[in-house]
Amino acid sequence: MPLLWYLRDEISFTGTKFGCGMALCGACTVHLNGDPVRSCQMPVGDVGDRQITTIEAMSSDRIGKAVQDAWIAEQVPQCGYCQSGQIMSATALLRVKAAPSDEDIDAALSGNICRCATYRRIRTAVHKAAQELR
Amino acid sequence: MRRLRMMIAADTASQRSMQASRRQVLAGLGGFIIALGMGGRLAHAAAIEKDAGFVPNVFIRVAHDGHVKVISSYLEMGQGTFTGLATMAAEELDVGIDQVTVEAAPADLAYANPKFGIQGTGGSTAMAGAWDKMRPAAATARAMLLTAAGKRWRVPVEQLTVERGVVHHVASGRSAGYGDFVDAAMRMAVPTTVEVKKPDQYRLLGRPGTRRIDVAAKVDGSAIYTQDQKLPDMLVAVMAHPPKLWGKVAAVDAEAALAVPGVVAVVEVPGDDDVQGGVAVLARNTWVAMRGRDALNIRWDGTKAPRIDTAEMAKRFEDLSKTPGRVALTRGKILTDRPSGGTTIEAIYHQPFLAHAPMEPMNCLVHIEGDRCTIWNGEQNHTIDQVNAAKELGIPTDHVAINQLYAGGSFGRRANPRSDFVREAVRIAREARKKGIGVPIKMVWMREDDMRMTQYRPQTVHNAVIQLDGDGKIASWHHRIVGASFTKVTAPDGIDHMLLEGIEDMPYAIPNLRLEQHNPEDTYVPTQWLRSVGHTHSAFVGETLIDEAARAAKADPYQYRRAMLLKGDPRQLGVLDLVAQRSGWGRPLAEGADGTRRARGIALQQAFGTYVAQVVEVSLHQDGSYAVDRVYCSVDCGTVINPDIVMAQIEGGTGFGLSFLRQAITIKDGAVQQGNFNDYPVLRMDAMPPVEVSIIPSTAKPTGVGEPGVPLIAPAVVNAIASLTGKSIHALPLPAEIEL
Amino acid sequence: MTSENPAPRKRFRPLRWAGYAAIVAAAGFGILLGDAMITPTGPDPVSPIGGAPADLPASMSRGEYLTRAADCAACHTRQGGLPYAGGRPFELPIGTIFSTNITSDPQNGIGRWTDDAFVKAVREGIGSKGHLYPAMPYTSYSRMSRADVLEIKKYLLSLQPVPQAAPENTLGFPFNQRWGMFFWNTAFFRERRQPQVEGHNATWHRGAYLADALGHCSECHTPRNLAFARKSGSAFAGSVTEGWKAYNITADKTDGIGAWTDDQIASYLRTGHAPGRSSAAGPMAEVVENSTQYLTPSDIKALVGYLRSVPARKGGEPGGTVETNPLGARNSNAVLPGKDPQQTSSRGARLFAGDCAGCHQYNGAGRQSNYANLTGSRAVNDPSGAALVQVLLHGTKLNVGGVEQSMPAFGATYSDTQIAEVANYVLTHFGSKTGSVTAGDVKKQRK
Repeated sequence: MPLLWYLRDEISFTGTKFGCGMALCGACTVHLNGDPVRSCQMPVGDVGDRQITTIEAMSSDRIGKAVQDAWIAEQVPQCGYCQSGQIMSATALLRVKAAPSDEDIDAALSGNICRCATYRRIRTAVHKAAQELR
Repeated sequence: MRRLRMMIAADTASQRSMQASRRQVLAGLGGFIIALGMGGRLAHAAAIEKDAGFVPNVFIRVAHDGHVKVISSYLEMGQGTFTGLATMAAEELDVGIDQVTVEAAPADLAYANPKFGIQGTGGSTAMAGAWDKMRPAAATARAMLLTAAGKRWRVPVEQLTVERGVVHHVASGRSAGYGDFVDAAMRMAVPTTVEVKKPDQYRLLGRPGTRRIDVAAKVDGSAIYTQDQKLPDMLVAVMAHPPKLWGKVAAVDAEAALAVPGVVAVVEVPGDDDVQGGVAVLARNTWVAMRGRDALNIRWDGTKAPRIDTAEMAKRFEDLSKTPGRVALTRGKILTDRPSGGTTIEAIYHQPFLAHAPMEPMNCLVHIEGDRCTIWNGEQNHTIDQVNAAKELGIPTDHVAINQLYAGGSFGRRANPRSDFVREAVRIAREARKKGIGVPIKMVWMREDDMRMTQYRPQTVHNAVIQLDGDGKIASWHHRIVGASFTKVTAPDGIDHMLLEGIEDMPYAIPNLRLEQHNPEDTYVPTQWLRSVGHTHSAFVGETLIDEAARAAKADPYQYRRAMLLKGDPRQLGVLDLVAQRSGWGRPLAEGADGTRRARGIALQQAFGTYVAQVVEVSLHQDGSYAVDRVYCSVDCGTVINPDIVMAQIEGGTGFGLSFLRQAITIKDGAVQQGNFNDYPVLRMDAMPPVEVSIIPSTAKPTGVGEPGVPLIAPAVVNAIASLTGKSIHALPLPAEIEL
Repeated sequence: MTSENPAPRKRFRPLRWAGYAAIVAAAGFGILLGDAMITPTGPDPVSPIGGAPADLPASMSRGEYLTRAADCAACHTRQGGLPYAGGRPFELPIGTIFSTNITSDPQNGIGRWTDDAFVKAVREGIGSKGHLYPAMPYTSYSRMSRADVLEIKKYLLSLQPVPQAAPENTLGFPFNQRWGMFFWNTAFFRERRQPQVEGHNATWHRGAYLADALGHCSECHTPRNLAFARKSGSAFAGSVTEGWKAYNITADKTDGIGAWTDDQIASYLRTGHAPGRSSAAGPMAEVVENSTQYLTPSDIKALVGYLRSVPARKGGEPGGTVETNPLGARNSNAVLPGKDPQQTSSRGARLFAGDCAGCHQYNGAGRQSNYANLTGSRAVNDPSGAALVQVLLHGTKLNVGGVEQSMPAFGATYSDTQIAEVANYVLTHFGSKTGSVTAGDVKKQRK
């Protein structure tokens, strides 16, 4: 069973969303030992003893909290459905690069689709979170 | 959505009688029933809610602790309605937006959309509709609470002021929160007239800094969408849909599916002319249901499935476009001969079917108990879905209750005029009950279901013949549109005006104009509005043709539009001039590197009462690939309720419209050929340009902003490209590389 | 889930060209050689070389095991159709032929076939209507023992009959003349049982039987001569099948799989993925899915041992040496590509960021599945990008142990230039190669 459906249906962590089921949209992004993975393609049996972190834990993560705050400050979400995945990808980015460039943001977040096209605000919010964390 | 009223006329009649009977029931309950001063009455939810507090009307409740609850008639699908309604209420009540929560209304005609006559969200009508409903509703509540305060303190109401929900009487130094006056207000008669604030009194309306009320829950994963809704004992249903549209199940071998551990049942779901149907697999876990679905052995009967072929359809439409159609609009006399010294522009445009592809694929949770049915859904079309669900079950309409949840996008999809996916969910639950399964069932469509079984923006062909006179002015415009109707609902004159909007109300002064329409209804492709409806295709045609006329007249496309504009509509000119000024129109653009050429493109449109003009800066690379570097946008949407949301909607709409450049749904032998984001590409982060939105200050009634941001980007980009290549582009999607 | 009318798949097994080749190449001298050349030679191999292995699980019959090892399902099942019911189209330049129904159905299948007739069809290519076209790999199956062929028949007869007629082949004259195959057979076909080779033990012989008789590996992996017969001196040196690369699987360290560990080869056969090396795609993914994933540990070991012994032969892509630790991936992490100024702003890089990085990641580790690991894969080290383009255009999928791995197809929306650009980015980033894929190459591969 993919991790996505384990999280959502078995243990009711519904902040992680189903969007495409083929790792094409990023809505289901969670962290596996800190690295972003698409939980819709990740067999739960392959997780082993590695740590899974979901959107529900971001408020207690230093970087995750800064990202969430920046998302609020920039008023990023519209429908909001993709934003859990966006925030997980952004948090992972800031973990490996404290001051990402626009190209870095494209490289790390282009895999996350937002049909409301909140992309520019996402970009601004990532820069803002990076600044706050410095 | 405008013409839905006709379609369900019979049903609304029964709704009205239901309404009357409901009123009697409520009266019998001895609840707090008030006069219908605001044209509303007590909502179902309010009636059953214990200690609802002060309920002056269907839109506002004030609790004993002073907290304000706003009831939204509309769906929050990202467009910011909840925040807009809360802002209006907070403004009139003089409370902070943080002191307001928004609750979705139940399905009830008390919440009818004033534009439609029934309850539903669409056509960018929410703010426009609420303007004359929510503000008086909140002002009424404020007036009653203040009257109560004045009575208790024995002071004139005029001497009272309110700040953040606390009533002050400065002279006597007394102050108390709204909550203290709730009980007194509850015993008062509702005033019949009430004054709302004047623009110079606004603290919140139109002011920057009001945050969306739904954002906090949308950044920590706690916002609940239909996909997330759970109920005790709930089963998930995953569908096996026909591989060809309208194919039917001939035989099902469910043995292997039922052998998948965790699969509870396999249910055949009858299809008809509105619902595709197929076979549902029920399990507690979505993944298990998917595996069960994959294990089904189904023989499909494709004999009744029409052999739909979009390529063939394009040819047929093009042929039709060369024959006279039903005349929708005629002005003056079409010139068949080219004016002396003039130019003739002849163009045939092709645009494909499009899918909504919201991030949350369609889903719907249904629980049938006895002769009652409860639905949880990102509900955009309350009345119609309620009526249709009741019909499916043969129960009275008011036995269907609808709980509206957040929608993960919709772009119109969740307001299906035939309730296709809602009825499919109801049918699953109905058929499951016949097998003794009475638990709540949540139907979950996979992305592929959502792409292949959706209801598409119609494929169209436009055929235009434009005669320019010796001065380059448009002397005559003959235009035919061929396309299946958006909803199969047409006006009494037999015309589908949704297909024509944007063309039939072009902002240009064209002395001789003839607009004809062909509505071939034998396409067998389910169609439905998509964010900005007719403008999704008409703006591309109209605004690229104007540019073509300008090129033929060797005129600057901005100045040409200016000169051609209808007189007497200063708002068109306002947005056009503003965007030209903001974008530095006329000033040379910096050249790109390595032979990349750059140009601006411009477009103008009024949609849903909102005026938008756009200028784009486009780079055209040597290999024919292109990028949109920057977008300038000016908007006149009347009174601005929340400027940040206006900007977000125009910017987001622009991004949504940018996807049109590369999208197409194609159908071959009845089967939709796209299934997921690999073959139905959508705009991604790297291709999203910065969008600068300038808002024109206005005191006119507010108009919507959810849709008008969408249509202009495609023509503006194509205008920029065509100005570089000198070649007109008459089809979408564009290739990945433009032919240079 | 079944579909009612699957799109015909383009199957380009090289042998299907044989009908054409038969006439052109063989007619001249075929008659002269006559019947003598196709007389069967050699004794039937017996256990432990033939038959089922000793570690055959109790859940599987000998017949089923042999049927899987011979991969009958791959051709005799159409896409989305019922197993062994045939109807899979093979599009040839000379027309389309369809695989036959080999279920127990008496009218359409093999329900009424005698043992002799079945054996003759499998080992000699002579069916109920005359000569079979050599899309049927009887040139390999001729090495099988009669006992094993009959085990397969027994298994097939134990399955549900499917009353489904194979569509009529659509070959034009003279290719519809089955007797034409006689000449091709005369020239190129030796009906010979699996030979005993001195100096090799039973395990090696078992491996040879699995590879050459049952698995018919050489049908794809051995290059062909002008008449589309396998070149005898180039066994397993690699070829192209259905537009996909069937790579060199000899012991050559650069061109073949000589540098792979035994475990890597075994894992590839068992799961379709070799850690640090390639993942199976296209037709080979089907082979793993339908056949090799079911081989027992002893058979996997025997097959690996045999492949190891295949003489090293050159025959790889020029400059296609596999770089197992490429610079691009080495300098990257899970989230971001390393410094690579030429690449990051390229169109290929941007396409990769949007549509590919979600699974493949910049460091090549494979984000949520090892199958998405690109580092060390032959496809991303082949500067021609042939296999890469194939998988980008058409996608691939593989179901092992009930878990499906899939790569979606991008051919429908990517232009030829876009496919070429993303392929070249991948070749540089994950293979340290200068990709030479052009839009023209992609256009050819689309067909």
